[in-house]
Amino acid sequence: MFRQLFKTSLFIISLLPAIILIYGALNNQLGANPIEVLTRDTGEWALRFLLITLAVSPLRLLFGWHFLADVRRLLGLYSFFYAAIHMLLYVWLDQFFNLTDIIKDIIERPFITVGFINFIALILLAATSNDAMIKRLGAERWNRLHSLVYYIGIGAVIHFFMLVKKDVTEPVIYIIILVVLLGIRLYRYSRRSLISA
Amino acid sequence: MHINKNKLGLLKDHDVTDEKVYLNRREFINKAALLASSAALPSIAFAESEAPAPSYTDLKKSPFSASEDLTSYQSITTYNNFYEFGVNKEDPAKNATDFPDKSEPWRIVIDGECDNPGEYDLDDLMKPFTLEERIYRLRCVEGWSMVIPWHGFSLADLLKQAKPNSKAKYVEFSTLYNPQQMPGQQSSVLQWPYIEGLRIDEAMNPLSFMATGLYGNDLLGQNGAPLRLVTPWKYGFKSIKSITQIRFVEKQPVSSWMIAGPAEYGFYSNVNPDVAHPRWSQARERRIGEFLKRKTEMFNGYQEQVAHLYTGMDLKKDF
Repeated sequence: MFRQLFKTSLFIISLLPAIILIYGALNNQLGANPIEVLTRDTGEWALRFLLITLAVSPLRLLFGWHFLADVRRLLGLYSFFYAAIHMLLYVWLDQFFNLTDIIKDIIERPFITVGFINFIALILLAATSNDAMIKRLGAERWNRLHSLVYYIGIGAVIHFFMLVKKDVTEPVIYIIILVVLLGIRLYRYSRRSLISA
Repeated sequence: MHINKNKLGLLKDHDVTDEKVYLNRREFINKAALLASSAALPSIAFAESEAPAPSYTDLKKSPFSASEDLTSYQSITTYNNFYEFGVNKEDPAKNATDFPDKSEPWRIVIDGECDNPGEYDLDDLMKPFTLEERIYRLRCVEGWSMVIPWHGFSLADLLKQAKPNSKAKYVEFSTLYNPQQMPGQQSSVLQWPYIEGLRIDEAMNPLSFMATGLYGNDLLGQNGAPLRLVTPWKYGFKSIKSITQIRFVEKQPVSSWMIAGPAEYGFYSNVNPDVAHPRWSQARERRIGEFLKRKTEMFNGYQEQVAHLYTGMDLKKDF
C-alpha cells in the first residue's frame, strides 16, 4: 500500500517540471528567449533525474532505504523522458530536422558529440528496462549493459561543463555530486575486493 | 431546462447543467486559475509590457537605420548579458535598478595618444551633439539577435574632438569598476574592469555609435547606462557598456573576453556566418520573438559600410 502510493506520488511529482515548463511556455512566462529556457531546463532535469537514479544504491547502502529499489527504474526512465524532450527540441527548434547540419554539429562540436552518444546510450537502457528484457538478456548481461549508466553520468556532466560560456559554478556542483555518488560505489567495491582477497 | 441532442444523439455536459450554474462555474474556474498562476509566479507573466512614452521625440533620423520590426521593449530590457550585474540573462534587469547612481555625475576620461585629452561630465560631453536615432541589428555571439532603436551620437564625432595623434592606432574602452554598484564584479568570472577595443579606422567608421538611450528614453542600467558603444557588425560583447574611459593606444588592446577565452573570442569578433565559434555554429541565429531561426549575414548585414576595413585580411585567422 505504502509502496504503491509512494511510487504513484513520485510518478506525478516527476512530471511536474514538464508541466510547469509547458504552462510557462503557453503563457509567455519563460522570458525573451523561451526556446533557450526549454532546451536548457529539460537538459538539466535529465541530468538531475540521472543523478537521483544514481543516488538510489548509495542511499540503500548508507541508510538502508531499500524501498527506493522499487522506483529506480521509474527515475531512470524520467531521465530518459527529459533527455528525449531535450534532444527533440535541439533537433526540431535548433536544427529544424536538417540532417546534414545535425551530423556536422555532432562531428564538429565535442559537447554535442558527447550529448549525442549519451542519448544513444540512454535509448539502449530505456529500451531494455522492462522485465521481459531483463529475462531475455539474463541478469549478468543486463547488469553489464546497465553499468553504462555510470558513463552516461560522466558524459552528462562533461556535456554541461563544456557548453557553458564562462560561469561553470552549476556544472561543477553536478560534477561534485556525481563524484560523491560514484565514489561511494568505488569505496564499497574496493573494500569488498579487499575482504574477499 | 431543455435538453439538446447533438447529431450523434449523445448528451454533453452542458445539456444537463443549468446554464446559470454552468456559467458561474466557468467564471469560478477562470478566477481560480488566475489566482493559482499569480500565486505561483509573483512577478506575474512576461506578458509584453508596453514601452514607456518616449521622452526624446525629435531624434534625427539616420540612413543607417534598419527597417525591420523592432524587438519588444520588454525583451530588450529583460534579456541582457551584462556580467557586472550577474551571469544570467535576467540578472541585470533585477540588479541594475538603481544604476547608475544619480546623485553624482557620470565622469568620462578621454586620454592616451591625443592632443586634447580631458575628463568630462557626461552632460558636458554630450552638449555638442544632436541626438540621432539608429535602428541597428544586434547579433550576440550566443546565436540570438535583436533589432534595437538606439539613440546617441557618432563615435567618430566624439573621438575627433580629442584630436588623436599619429600613434593612435587603436581605441581602448573601459567600463566602470565599482563592485559596490556592480555586484557581479565581486566575482572573478571575468577580468575587471571590462575592456574592449577597436582599431582606429573601425572606431572612426560612421556606423560606430555611442548610445545614451533606446526606445526614446535614457538607457536603463541593464542596457549599459548612461553611455555605451554600439558596433552593429560585431558580436554584441564588443559593444561595451557603462563606459568611463576611452583611451587612444598604439598597441592592440586585450579585451576581457580575449583573456577569458583566447581561442574563442578574438579582437575583431566580426559577425561571420562562415567562422564558427569553437563550440557552436554561427551560421544561423534566433531573432528574439521569432520561432524559426534565420541565416546570419556577413558583418550582420553591414558589408556595404564595413567590408572595406578588412580587405586582405584572413577573417578565419583574425576572428
